[in-house]
Amino acid sequence: MSKDIQIKKGLDIRLVGAAKTQTNPTKPSATYKVSLEDFHGIVPKLAVKEGAQLKAGAPLFFDKNKESIQVVSPVSGTLTQVERGARRRIVSLSIQADASQTALTHPTIDIAQADAAAIKDYLLAGGVWPFVKQRPYDVVANPDQTPKGIFISGFNSAPLAADLDYVLAGQEGFLQTAISALAKLTPGKVHVSVRDAKSPLASVKEAEIHQVKGPHPAGLVGTLINKVDPINKGEVVWTLQAQDLLIIGELLEKGVFNGTRTFALGGSAIENPQYFTAVIGAELAPIVQTAGVSNENYRLVNGDVLTGLATPKNGHLGYKNTAVNAIPEGDDYEFFGWNKPEFNKISSTRALTFSWLFPKKKYDLNTNTNGEHRAFVVTGGYEEVFPLDIYPLQLLKSCMIKDLDEMEQLGLYEVAPEDFALTEFICISKQPHQQIIREGLDLLQKEIG
Amino acid sequence: MSFKNKLHEIKEQYKGKKMAPAFNAIHTFLYMPNETTHSGGHVRAVDDLKRTMNTVITALIPVLIFGMFNAGYQHYAAVDAANGTPRTLDILGNFLTFDNFWMGALTILPLVIVSYGVGLAIEFLFAVIKGHEVEEGYLVTGMLVPLIVPVDTPLWMLAVAVAFGVVIGKEVFGGTGMNILNPALTIRAFLFFAYPTWMSGDKVWVHKAVEYAGTPDAISGETILGYLAQGRGAEYSYSLSDMFFGFIPGSVGETSTFLILLGGLFLIFTKIASWRIMLSAVLGALTMGLIFNGVVDAGWITESSKFYGLMSFAFWQHLIVGGLAFGIVYMATDPVTGSQTNKGKWYYGFFIGFISVMIRVFNPAYPEGVFLAILLMNVFAPTIDHYVVKGNIKKRLKRAKTSNASNLNVETA
Repeated sequence: MSKDIQIKKGLDIRLVGAAKTQTNPTKPSATYKVSLEDFHGIVPKLAVKEGAQLKAGAPLFFDKNKESIQVVSPVSGTLTQVERGARRRIVSLSIQADASQTALTHPTIDIAQADAAAIKDYLLAGGVWPFVKQRPYDVVANPDQTPKGIFISGFNSAPLAADLDYVLAGQEGFLQTAISALAKLTPGKVHVSVRDAKSPLASVKEAEIHQVKGPHPAGLVGTLINKVDPINKGEVVWTLQAQDLLIIGELLEKGVFNGTRTFALGGSAIENPQYFTAVIGAELAPIVQTAGVSNENYRLVNGDVLTGLATPKNGHLGYKNTAVNAIPEGDDYEFFGWNKPEFNKISSTRALTFSWLFPKKKYDLNTNTNGEHRAFVVTGGYEEVFPLDIYPLQLLKSCMIKDLDEMEQLGLYEVAPEDFALTEFICISKQPHQQIIREGLDLLQKEIG
Repeated sequence: MSFKNKLHEIKEQYKGKKMAPAFNAIHTFLYMPNETTHSGGHVRAVDDLKRTMNTVITALIPVLIFGMFNAGYQHYAAVDAANGTPRTLDILGNFLTFDNFWMGALTILPLVIVSYGVGLAIEFLFAVIKGHEVEEGYLVTGMLVPLIVPVDTPLWMLAVAVAFGVVIGKEVFGGTGMNILNPALTIRAFLFFAYPTWMSGDKVWVHKAVEYAGTPDAISGETILGYLAQGRGAEYSYSLSDMFFGFIPGSVGETSTFLILLGGLFLIFTKIASWRIMLSAVLGALTMGLIFNGVVDAGWITESSKFYGLMSFAFWQHLIVGGLAFGIVYMATDPVTGSQTNKGKWYYGFFIGFISVMIRVFNPAYPEGVFLAILLMNVFAPTIDHYVVKGNIKKRLKRAKTSNASNLNVETA
């Protein structure tokens, strides 16, 4: 009962350093770190004091605005440090792991019998609620609302992202459990997108499966929503990442929060790109060391290179991502870089750029912006990589001038920053599209709520 | 220490100082900067504004060089004609000659230098005052301006017009990307309205025609549109291939439809300029031309009418004379002042072509309309976009209504 969606607009960015499908276990880290960057919109209120002993799955902090939402510790250990930034805002929490791990155990729940409220309470208490996001605003979902549908993307199309068919393989049980539970939370449907019938998600029940064909952003959940059932003013949908279903499913079946992830470590600065398993918040440096570094001047990114967060080289695995990438820093000048013929970088035009000749070639891109920030000048290019029924340039401009009415009318409710990663990638004026959309969403939420 | 490192050090020294934008403009011209991504995606495509503008300039170079040969050729041809020995064109024999090129270069290069010199000086000044980087918009404008003026335009006149166009046409709106009117056409319009005698008539299109006027050496060079407007269409002896390849009098860069066509195809291929605008503008011009031809065929206009000459001109030939082709390819496609939505571009382009031919026929004083048509549509482009975007907004509202209605049904059921 799968329904096919075909998108034509978009761009596949092929990069060197995709992870080989082999998974290495990693040694437990000494310290784990949970960063607030991974929970946009949550105002943290600490659940425990510095120095407290925690079990895995025990709450670290609540959302001040919605105290039922809690973020839990991925490991058992001692909360050693609460790092604060400007105006004493919490930036991250470090946990010194115990030698032998203990986990908080919840009584298991019979999903078939439970009602929506019971399932919600269970997910909230179990600490997996932060994995549920909502649109509008692309923030952690408000558990008091009822979404008109729940959308899950079952595959990644972004460059150097994890192959979810590989990551999810053999875990159909957890996936089904999680989806059965989620199906109870909405009067509508749970929509899942897959690339093809080989996906472990292709055969789950109680969900509508959509095969999405086409270039990136075919794998973004925003594309799925827009093609299946776009969000209207006043409506709410929830979105989840497929890999988070594993943690939710395991919690529902076994009553424990198991933050172990399989993630892809890739990028052209990594010698042997491959998959690793580690617990959320684990130290990345030893893992990167294992895979080998081919270029010391690299940038480590938690997530894929289009939407991930830059992290220091001694950083930690993010709470929600299944990819970590290392790409070369592009902090060098390039002689006549703006006018010479270019074969080694990706372009959406043919202005002495030749990536259109080699659609299958893999590129080694660095973090250089390839030009300076300018006002918006060129038009018509964004639409070629933007499959949603929205005017991207006009929406960006409405966000820049903070015109709330226009932001609403042009469809800001429907999008998340990640939907603008491709327009940002090809932007000739090097405008920060994702940041503009993020600020627009924050403003709209603050003003309209 | 390498040149690269030296420049880097100077850049660091200038950081935050007033003159930084001026230095950076030169620095980034030599080296693509060492800037890395700070928010959002960590990688970026290679295209930037410099590369984009450079592509447009590349497409203009053949037109400029042809313009130099043609300026010389038209001059010598007019001199020969005045001496009673009209020339026949021989491309290798009397067109692509060093004499032609030299004369053309000596008259046209000063126009280019003044255009760039004055324009860029103002851009630098504004960048330093306002503390932003020098944006690349003027690189194209500065090249367009010498190509759309008569060959003998006095340099001081050009300097005044460029200063006006850049300040009033662009900088007061906030610089590149913010202007409403095409800066090059603002400059052209300023010249036209401030110094009309230098911009039209039969003396301005050929080098030294003004200088020789009233002397025994007097020469003239009327444009084809000029002949037609005066009902003297039978007098010129240019063949269709002369018109298409550009061996006719006219503004510096506008004559060779052939090279403009190649430039246009290049811009479409490189995806720098909008094919939608170009195609729809051609369609618009053909439509208006056909309407006029129809009016003549229906007998509503007779040979006694002053509009007869241009109205009876074969509709498709409008595209190969005057500045229409140049305007469509290089000016109408300016993304800043044009329509910004793909659907809007169809309307925008169509009306440019349509109105260009209309003004051409009905303007008795100056038989060319493309620059006025583009400026007019520049003004209307935001309105066109407004209605196109409103269509999307309406669709969204309608969707919301049906969705809410079905939700209500569910609740009441």
